[in-house]
Amino acid sequence: MAGPALALFGVFAVVPLLGVVVLSFMSWDGLGDPVWAGIDNWGRTLADPVTQNAMRLTVVVTVVSWLFQAPVSLLLGVFMAGRQRYRAVLSVLYFLPLLFSAAAVAIAYRALLDPNFGLGTALGIPWLSQDWIGDPDLALWVVLFVIGWCFVPFHSLLYQGGVRQIPRSMYEAALLDGAGRVQQFLHITLPQLKYTIITSSTLMIVGSLTYFDLIFVLTNGGPGNATRILPLDMYLTGFRSYDMGKASVIAVVLVVVGLTVSLLLNRLSGANKMESQMEGL
Amino acid sequence: MSAHAPRTARTAPNVLGGLAGWAWLAIIIVPIYYILVTSLRPQADYYAENPLSWPARPTLAAYGEVLANDFLRYFGNSVFVTVVSVAAVLVVALMASYVVVRSARRSATRLFQVFLLGIAIPLQATIIPVYYLIIQLGLYDTLWALILPSIAFAIPLSVLILTNFMRDVPGELFESMTVDGAGEWRTLWSLALPLTRPAIVTVGVYNALQVWNGFLFPLVLTQSAETRVLPLSLWAFQGEFSVNVPAVLAAVVLSVLPVLTAYVVGRRQLVSGLTAGLGK
Repeated sequence: MAGPALALFGVFAVVPLLGVVVLSFMSWDGLGDPVWAGIDNWGRTLADPVTQNAMRLTVVVTVVSWLFQAPVSLLLGVFMAGRQRYRAVLSVLYFLPLLFSAAAVAIAYRALLDPNFGLGTALGIPWLSQDWIGDPDLALWVVLFVIGWCFVPFHSLLYQGGVRQIPRSMYEAALLDGAGRVQQFLHITLPQLKYTIITSSTLMIVGSLTYFDLIFVLTNGGPGNATRILPLDMYLTGFRSYDMGKASVIAVVLVVVGLTVSLLLNRLSGANKMESQMEGL
Repeated sequence: MSAHAPRTARTAPNVLGGLAGWAWLAIIIVPIYYILVTSLRPQADYYAENPLSWPARPTLAAYGEVLANDFLRYFGNSVFVTVVSVAAVLVVALMASYVVVRSARRSATRLFQVFLLGIAIPLQATIIPVYYLIIQLGLYDTLWALILPSIAFAIPLSVLILTNFMRDVPGELFESMTVDGAGEWRTLWSLALPLTRPAIVTVGVYNALQVWNGFLFPLVLTQSAETRVLPLSLWAFQGEFSVNVPAVLAAVVLSVLPVLTAYVVGRRQLVSGLTAGLGK
């Protein structure tokens, strides 16, 4: 009975996963037949300044978007867990970004951030009328903000669910002991959310390795290579420069990094606990 | 889902939390409001009016233009790909989950671990071999080129959610079915399926959202306008109508309408389904 699932997953996920390792040792322009190239691709790719820059940017994007998204999602999740009526209404609206495709979000932000006809003009705030997407120093920050706009809703949902499972008796006991709101947050909410934090962080970090469509439509990696992170570097190298061997090397790097991070975080939380978290997903 | 954070009734209202909540609402709503008002603005007024003001002369002209540019065909493609993919995922993932939960064999655990791996790995990194495979199968530039990998990539998460849910079904129920002489298929159909319905809805809506909004597969695996799906058409519109921002944003609104409808109808189910397992 598991046959069809196994066959589909095997052919279109497991085989390609192994295939990408093989292709990283081959030379292929995407049209003819791949030919053996040995470790040539690996040397070329790892020495390429564009790819090195992409690796550096990927680390920056991963770290900064975690630093931005994790606290915001956690606090919003705690806020959304409140039973007040207006919070329930806000929670419904917070979810809306999840409905838009990355392409749609990127298109909307391109228009909204237009230096002449965008938000700066609308609000009459000159500071907002910058060339957000055309300026190499600003584009990366725009990308990080828009990524947060897209993904914070999902993670705040996870935290909302986590907070609602904390036994209320813990808070009642703390209240009797005279603990204030901040103390309750630091000594009950935060420790109780440990596993939610780890699950959410894993998804965020592995997710950072897949940000492709949003950046592709928003900046296409530019200006210059200012927002060309690894997944985009992989696509542009493979499907724009027709260098599939080199693109496969980048893909293997992405897989290895993603797997390593997942396993490390898994270890951090205690293997079984993590697994049950993932199952819950 | 019963207990929760401090009751505000007994303490002072959380002013800071409230303010942050409203601030985040503004961040979420402003771009969405902007999309809507701009799509209703006449193209000529786009350069003249305040971008966030309600249009002085609201019009559906932008929508008309989008519909006149093959939008319905792209819409139809998206519907076909999404419906077929999600239906197939639900069927195969439900069967696989049943095996994982009910089979005592070691191979069932192995199977489960293979699927777990699919979550830990950024599967998009396999796009180049998938492209190669699709060409070899002669499926390049067909809608099946989108459907087959979409199903495969949706299996891990779907099996995880369904498995988790099915584990809560008491074993005695399954056993009593067996005692009554029901085969595996009967048990799956008349016991596992009805009891896991909430999880099936969650998985269905979640995957529909993923497939509907997917961009990488269509970009790499299709080429012609005949096989174009919505997210790709938005990108194409942006290129074609670069000076007609209202039309591009009208296409965005049209592409999100079905999903918005699904959200309004199935919100409670989706949200509780997604969060229920995670807090465990």
